Amino acid sequence: MKRLPVPLLVFHVLFAVFMLAPLIVVVLVAFTDKGYIAMPFNGASLRWFYAILNHPEFIDAFYHSLALAAGSATISALLALPTGIAIAWNRFYGREAILGLLLSPLMVPSVVLGIALLRFLAQIGFTGTMTGLVMAHAVFILPYVLRLILSAAVGFDKSIAQAAHSLGASSWTVFSRIELPLLVPGIVGGWIIAFITSFDELTMTVFIAAPSTQTLPVMLYAYITNTIDPLLASISTVLMAMTLVLMLVIERFYGLDRLLGGQS
Amino acid sequence: MIRRFNALPYWLAAPAALTMLALIVIPLLMAFSLSFHASLPNGTISPAFTAHNYASIVTDPYYLKIFARTFIVAVVVTALSILIGVPEAYVLSRLSSGWRAISIVIVLGPLLVSVVVRTLGWAILFGREGLINLALLGLGLTDRPVQIMYTYTGLIIAMTHVLVPFMVLAVWASLQKLDFATEQAADSLGAGYLTVLRRIVFPQVIPGVLSGSLIVFALTAGAFGTPSIIGGRRLMMVSTTIYDELLSYVNWSMGAALAAALMVIVLVISLAANRFIERRYKQVFE
Repeated sequence: MKRLPVPLLVFHVLFAVFMLAPLIVVVLVAFTDKGYIAMPFNGASLRWFYAILNHPEFIDAFYHSLALAAGSATISALLALPTGIAIAWNRFYGREAILGLLLSPLMVPSVVLGIALLRFLAQIGFTGTMTGLVMAHAVFILPYVLRLILSAAVGFDKSIAQAAHSLGASSWTVFSRIELPLLVPGIVGGWIIAFITSFDELTMTVFIAAPSTQTLPVMLYAYITNTIDPLLASISTVLMAMTLVLMLVIERFYGLDRLLGGQS
Repeated sequence: MIRRFNALPYWLAAPAALTMLALIVIPLLMAFSLSFHASLPNGTISPAFTAHNYASIVTDPYYLKIFARTFIVAVVVTALSILIGVPEAYVLSRLSSGWRAISIVIVLGPLLVSVVVRTLGWAILFGREGLINLALLGLGLTDRPVQIMYTYTGLIIAMTHVLVPFMVLAVWASLQKLDFATEQAADSLGAGYLTVLRRIVFPQVIPGVLSGSLIVFALTAGAFGTPSIIGGRRLMMVSTTIYDELLSYVNWSMGAALAAALMVIVLVISLAANRFIERRYKQVFE
């Protein structure tokens, strides 16, 4: 393979700087010892990390977000698995329509879903409840799970299942012993991307979360619109550290591009 | 062979399909019908049918300006994402696997970080005493801090940062289908590097650029967090206006009408762009 020309490599470095600059700045500000947004070069401390402990509302919001993301990703995966199998392995009337319906949250701007679901949840008496949030998030992230399950199921070699059948295995044995295990990477990948999408979701959640069910992104957003101080930076830094660990695990075992691109 | 009606796929697909129907389609239809009624000052909805909300969207300069601003920002952010995302995807596809893994974490990693956190970073950089202003002052390019927060420049830079990874992903996906031998063939026949890029590589990644553009355009037009934090009240976009109508004025029906208009415009533009470029793209290859 030919080497890349120097201008493209320079561009690549500049692009990386552009992508990282805002994240690095947040991390730096988190270590300041000043009471306002400042760089840590003439005075670093961990005071803003300790300050998080004095704000239990952020810690509560973090747990809300975790529970919401885990719950909705699980529901979403449970709904997407049978559908993914049906769509990938069968040709049936209405297949395209069902697929379109299931991927539709990707076509609708989140702000539109936010207002529609806020109204809907109010009408059925679920305003601001955790149940309402989990339901909303589960449908919002379903396309992400479905895409990864679909690509795992489409790339599946059916002759293995046929071999098992011809050797006398029952349909259920074939499914549970052969097909399901081979779909696991797709299901796990889908669950992870759904979890992250739900955890980070702001636009729709800002409409439907109540003060008692506020998620961390909504709380951070509300805080930023009032004031920008190093506490935001230290919370963000903790979040980014967790994301980085998760990201390295994904990149090691799964491939970040595969997870985000929806193809395996 | 007798074809038997197989009900199994329907049973398998039913739970998800019915959930989507209940939680996406019905709420959207309800919001759509809400947009044809007036919100009364006491917070209830008038039962009388009216197209007044839509009439104000197309006649009131306040709303027209907001729609125009939203779509101008979306177009500019899409264009910038093509400009920097396409070359970046190309570089990624040509890196050695070690460097590529690191670069992927840098380029795609931010997608896994909350938009609020990424926007916070830009808000810090854009401040009057932020690094960008310090650099501009230090280099003598300006003698006073430049206002970047609440300006188009700031909004567009931050939005491009948030959305360009989608362009890189889409273009990279189509670059991976590309056969490296075609480039080598062109090279061995004496084509220069730029000619190979322009005549061989670029035409083959147009589908990726198109799908990336549609994603970036739609996501920018509907974005909320970044416009709200960086643009603030001075640069209201459709989504921040919807939030305002709902939470400041409790004007449900106007919020629903704005949402419906946004959704329809995004869908129509996406479909039209898709068809137009598909047709053009066909001619290139026939």
